[in-house]
Amino acid sequence: MVDDEVVEALRRGDEWMFRQVVLQYHPALVRTARSFVRSTSIAEEVAQDTWLAAIRGLPLFEGRSSFKTWLFRILINQARTCGARETRSAAAGSFLEEDDASVLASRFNDMGARWPRHWCAHLTDWGTLPETTVVSAETESVVRGAIERLPARQRQVITLRDIEGFDAREVSLALDLSEGNQRVLLHRARSRVRAALELHLEGVATA
Amino acid sequence: MTAPLDCQDLVELVTAYFDDAMSPAAREVFEHHLEECDDCVNYVAQMRMTVQLTGTLTADDITPETMHTLLAAFRSFSPGPG
Repeated sequence: MVDDEVVEALRRGDEWMFRQVVLQYHPALVRTARSFVRSTSIAEEVAQDTWLAAIRGLPLFEGRSSFKTWLFRILINQARTCGARETRSAAAGSFLEEDDASVLASRFNDMGARWPRHWCAHLTDWGTLPETTVVSAETESVVRGAIERLPARQRQVITLRDIEGFDAREVSLALDLSEGNQRVLLHRARSRVRAALELHLEGVATA
Repeated sequence: MTAPLDCQDLVELVTAYFDDAMSPAAREVFEHHLEECDDCVNYVAQMRMTVQLTGTLTADDITPETMHTLLAAFRSFSPGPG
């Protein structure tokens, strides 16, 4: 469905259309809000407040971004107000230095070795693992758990990029980050999720 | 000339590679390393799989109570007939 038609119908007060967009976006709004605030019930409130703000703001929607981007911008503003304490401490400037390498240094040969800074043990081709091991409820909960444990900024970026499917530009605008910093946060987040998957999948594979 | 890349450097560049946010020269060095290193090929594939698996996470459905509340709010803001 085209954005213009959706917005036009909503402005007319078309309830069927409103129900469709709520069904389509509400779960994603709650999930994204959850990356800013630490409880599902607060995330649910933030998502509901987003709809109220969107209903009030409909006359102001100018179609310069997609409806989805517009809706998520409202959500992020609401969530930030709500999770202000958390966001403030995360925005204090140190978030890019605070932490570590994508892969533990112990996985690579040291400088004195024949092949310094190369892998010291072979990596598994996950394509050779049974499909049922890779795509399973356990794997899903490992990914969920790893994202849950990430620092707030990393969790927000990976949620918007890899779960909700926004591009680098949209995410850096929405979170007031440079595209470079946005990418560093995304890379750290993905690296940690990969490490959690490796532990899970290869533990499973050799069990 | 761009310096060659060790495995320990390559793992820091995978997201930039996926986003196509590298200079052509850096990209060439990255891909040249992959041609010669099966472990890094596996690593890049693991990162790709990580992105895919993250993308398949499902969210909870909306409760009827929430839908009811939101529809009521929508109605109260609607122009309505007349």
